[in-house]
Amino acid sequence: MRDAPFEIGGRSFASRLIVGTGKYRDNEEMVAAIRASGAEMVTVAVRRVDLDRSREEGILHHLDPSEFFLLPNTAGCYTVGDALRYARLGRAAGLTEWVKLEVIGDERTLLPDTAATLEAAVELVADGFKVMAYTNDDLITALRLEDAGCVAVMPLASPIGSGLGVVNPFYIREIKRRLSVPIIVDAGVGTASDACVTMEQGVDGVLMNTAIAAADDSVAMARAMRLAVRAGREAYLAGRMQAREIAVPSSPIEGLLDAEHA
Amino acid sequence: MSAQGAGPTGGAEVIGARGDVSIVLNGRDRAVEAGLSVRGLLRHLGLEPGMVVVEHNRRILARDALPETGVEDGDRIELVHFVGGG
Repeated sequence: MRDAPFEIGGRSFASRLIVGTGKYRDNEEMVAAIRASGAEMVTVAVRRVDLDRSREEGILHHLDPSEFFLLPNTAGCYTVGDALRYARLGRAAGLTEWVKLEVIGDERTLLPDTAATLEAAVELVADGFKVMAYTNDDLITALRLEDAGCVAVMPLASPIGSGLGVVNPFYIREIKRRLSVPIIVDAGVGTASDACVTMEQGVDGVLMNTAIAAADDSVAMARAMRLAVRAGREAYLAGRMQAREIAVPSSPIEGLLDAEHA
Repeated sequence: MSAQGAGPTGGAEVIGARGDVSIVLNGRDRAVEAGLSVRGLLRHLGLEPGMVVVEHNRRILARDALPETGVEDGDRIELVHFVGGG
């Protein structure tokens, strides 16, 4: 089945899977996993250069910006001010004016501070950023973020790094139904079936990091995720059968031989 | 990075030939020689300007401003780059 191109902010992307670059055991494994995932868009974080360690620590020493679309994030920010600061530092690296905005509201759950996220989104859009906003699976916030001019809205499947999968598929579907901008489910996917179920909700894409990086074999899991995202998308486009809580035979009931009586 | 000579701040690590002026670099007290540019500071640290972003007293410095921006006493400088993240 022919699918529409996956476009965000006027740019077309080869894969509906977006991956993070954190938590890998080493850089070689990270690069191999990202290649195996087929992802084009790849998130990165902005941090202080550790002046006591190798100068090769920076991810640009390992990931070629001409091979991947690197998307700076504001991970670790708890205030509007910090998010703006990190976004601007990321832009100053000179690769892109895009940002994955996240403003966290709680350390235990890493759930987003949706009010602060919205405020930061308004500022960043006014400052010329293309904002992809990480948010809760809350329709009203999602609508406000779209109104604010975000190029994509990214509700969570479940908390960051939890691997719990989509906890509220109805909310995800409703957000997808009600917004016009691309919906990318960001965070919470644990394994390939979660990615598949996520895409079956009809969303435009899925963003994950820990599910791949924390797998025993991250390269193999990355390949599984590529297939799962594709399978989920194709299943969504195919239009699934109605589920019903009673069996319906697949083989004809006509033409059966005379049954032996029990 | 070279660390010879005594800086005015005593314990602070010295960057460059002498520790004439005190700065806070990535959250830590450092001493650097007077007259150093930010570009020169990066060179002393072995950092390529194209691989880092410099925030100088909470203002982001454009790359072409690095050679002409001097490091002054009391400056707060942040050197950041991209690392793995989700």
